[in-house]
Amino acid sequence: MALLEVRDLHVEFDTPDGVVHAVRGLSFDVERGSTLAVVGESGSGKSVATQTITGLTRGARVTGSAVFDGTELLGASEETLRAVRGARIGMIFQDPLSSLHPYYTVGWQVAEMIRAHDRTVTRAMARERAAELLSLVGIPRARRRVDDYPHQFSGGMRQRVMIAMAVALDPALLIADEPTTALDVTVQAQVLEVMQQLQDRFGTAIVLITHDLGVVAEMADEVVVMYAGRAMEVAPRRELFYHPHHPYSEGLLRSLPSRGEPGSRLVPVPGAPPSLLDPPQGCPFRPRCPHAFADCHDQPPLRPVGGSPDHLSACWLPPSRGTTTGEVPAPAARELQEAP
Amino acid sequence: MTEPLLSLEHLTKTFPVTSAGLFRRRTDRVHAVDDVSLEVMPGETLGLVGETGCGKSTLARCITRLHDVDDGRIVFAGEDITHHSRVRMRGVRRDVQMVFQDPYGSLNPRRRVGSIIGDPFVIHDVGTPAERKRSVQELMERVGLNPEHYNRFPAEFSGGQRQRIGVARALALRPRLMICDEPVSALDVSIQAQVLNLLLDLQDEFGLTYVFISHDLSVVRHVSDRIAVMYLGKVVEVAPSAELFTQPRHPYTRALLSALPVADPDVSDSRRRIVLAGDLPTPTNPPAGCRFHTRCPRAREDCASTVPPVEPVLGDRPEHRTACLHPLGDGEDLAADRPAVGDSEITATEEELSA
Ligand SMILES: Nc1ncnc2c1ncn2[C@@H]1O[C@H](COP(=O)(O)OP(=O)(O)OP(=O)(O)O)[C@@H](O)[C@H]1O
Ligand SMILES: Nc1ncnc2c1ncn2[C@@H]1O[C@H](COP(=O)(O)OP(=O)(O)O)[C@@H](O)[C@H]1O
Ligand code: SF4
Ligand code: SF4
Ligand SMILES: [Mg+2]
Ligand SMILES: [Mg+2]
Repeated sequence: MALLEVRDLHVEFDTPDGVVHAVRGLSFDVERGSTLAVVGESGSGKSVATQTITGLTRGARVTGSAVFDGTELLGASEETLRAVRGARIGMIFQDPLSSLHPYYTVGWQVAEMIRAHDRTVTRAMARERAAELLSLVGIPRARRRVDDYPHQFSGGMRQRVMIAMAVALDPALLIADEPTTALDVTVQAQVLEVMQQLQDRFGTAIVLITHDLGVVAEMADEVVVMYAGRAMEVAPRRELFYHPHHPYSEGLLRSLPSRGEPGSRLVPVPGAPPSLLDPPQGCPFRPRCPHAFADCHDQPPLRPVGGSPDHLSACWLPPSRGTTTGEVPAPAARELQEAP
Repeated sequence: MTEPLLSLEHLTKTFPVTSAGLFRRRTDRVHAVDDVSLEVMPGETLGLVGETGCGKSTLARCITRLHDVDDGRIVFAGEDITHHSRVRMRGVRRDVQMVFQDPYGSLNPRRRVGSIIGDPFVIHDVGTPAERKRSVQELMERVGLNPEHYNRFPAEFSGGQRQRIGVARALALRPRLMICDEPVSALDVSIQAQVLNLLLDLQDEFGLTYVFISHDLSVVRHVSDRIAVMYLGKVVEVAPSAELFTQPRHPYTRALLSALPVADPDVSDSRRRIVLAGDLPTPTNPPAGCRFHTRCPRAREDCASTVPPVEPVLGDRPEHRTACLHPLGDGEDLAADRPAVGDSEITATEEELSA
């Protein structure tokens, strides 16, 4: 059994404009010790889906199931959820400053996080552990910096403090929602490195939400491609990049600047994502899909495609449909590889 | 030889910042752009990359004279515009336009897009109202907007469409130089490709010259003929695009390239990620000598005291210039760096000893 099994998740919000169907029948598994990347354009439901699983969406209608290590999380009591959050599932968000309290020192916040879940830990022990954790995520002079306030840290260091808090209680799962989107590439590289090393050391499973296919290629074991609240494709990393089945995945990969000859015209996906107030009937990608045909007015189920049983696609095109999007590495990517 | 359309000579821009100290208020200066020299040839795209706060936008705002510079010269089409008055700048403004990052923030939400795009005609007193409306609708058509949406408000457009509105407005007076400051950074990748194609098409059609600012190297690589890399207000390397990628000379350029995630598993599995130690120093008090020396894996003693000139190194052609005392040789790579996790206490002791 997978560590986290999400089945047919639906999340709806009532808004003055009507019902927003943010997540519409999402299913995926997260295996122990592995990284699942959730990728998709903004508004595709990535954050809502993961926040719902940990009980953080308020005022939404939720159906479906999310079983984490044997416990059903959807509809679980606030008590159960609070025990799971932090202790068993650590979380990191895009903007670390908004999740750190400005008036308390970083060390105090990490220590309190530990003590909130285990009152037998003394203040001194928790503080010691906080310093260790800060050092673990690569904060220089950690023992001194426990007494600093969040604003005294740079963006990249705050994100590392968040990681330290998220892994303080050795969770089985870390959910990271665009953890590096606000960071520069060299700082992003540091933070990704920290996450990878923590996984290697402690076997933490990671759900990594991102819109950056480069980050996916570097970090993921498995990938879920989301569009308009649904999973379009679920595939092991190499399958997705080299043999995508779904025309949307294919379109995303083709539109990358690194895939084109410099200066040439790129191959964009025409049009724009649909409104979730009134999502199209049938396949949500139909209005933008170059391969759409009559059958696409019915919603395609996520079904096995290609050779491998863990490669699923929600598209009516023949399962054997071979694409070659990524088989020849892009010219710019090649250069990077060949650079000294 | 053709003359550059734009040349920047030893451009310097600082900002005063007041920090409330314990006993006295100090006024420091942020060295946002420091002694930058660059030229842009007609019809080319010069890419400008670097991390947040390195001075890209400040440089752009100096070129368009939204900021006055402290020192140096800006020469546009042979004319020194460094100290032009507002009135004299008006003529230049028609030729130099800007496209901004934020397609949400840069458009007034209460004005109709037709009048937003038509602004430059009004400011520069071009045409009758009827002619203006026709020109605006032609522009809308050209950038891929429906001209019938002339009377709509910005909120009724998607991010990609709003960026097209910004492009249309910049294009209105047929400028010669367009400064694009992160024009696609706020857009999703499928939409980003649409806008990049539009910019490339317009360049071909109107012979535009671009200064293209982005923190995304793969985007800059795609559109630029030459690329300048900035670090803490300085240009550290400038080179033809392909050469910058295949033969980076500056250790910072190399680190930046290696940190760029590549959407290709074969490449990401086989290459080595160089993780730079430490954070960006504050531009209020930038390191002496080479500004990169606090993080540079190749730094030696002289780096802390000597400011490296931006010049061709190791026999490079004049168009490839690098500001480094110990540049990377042909095929040479940066030495392995400290691991990011685990030994920070050791690092700490080193730092504490030297502090
Ligand atoms: N008006 C101002 N007053 C004071 N400091 C400023 C001002 N404008 C910019 N700075 C400072 O100058 C430096 C360069 O800023 P700039 O906006 O040019 O960076 P940038 O390279 O465009 O960064 P980003 O990638 O975040 O857009 C920064 O340290 C910034 O804080
Ligand atoms: N509290 C809420 N009320 C109404 N709509 C919401 C709420 N939170 C999110 N949404 C909508 O749900 C959709 C999915 O949002 P989100 O999960 O944040 O997207 P992503 O993280 O993929 O960018 C969006 O259309 C968003 O506007
Ligand atoms: S189901 Fe039809 S419309 Fe949807 S992606 Fe497949 S071919 Fe395109
Ligand atoms: S001058 Fe010295 S510190 Fe600066 S980049 Fe070159 S080697 Fe590194
Ligand atoms: Mg989100
Ligand atoms: Mg900027």
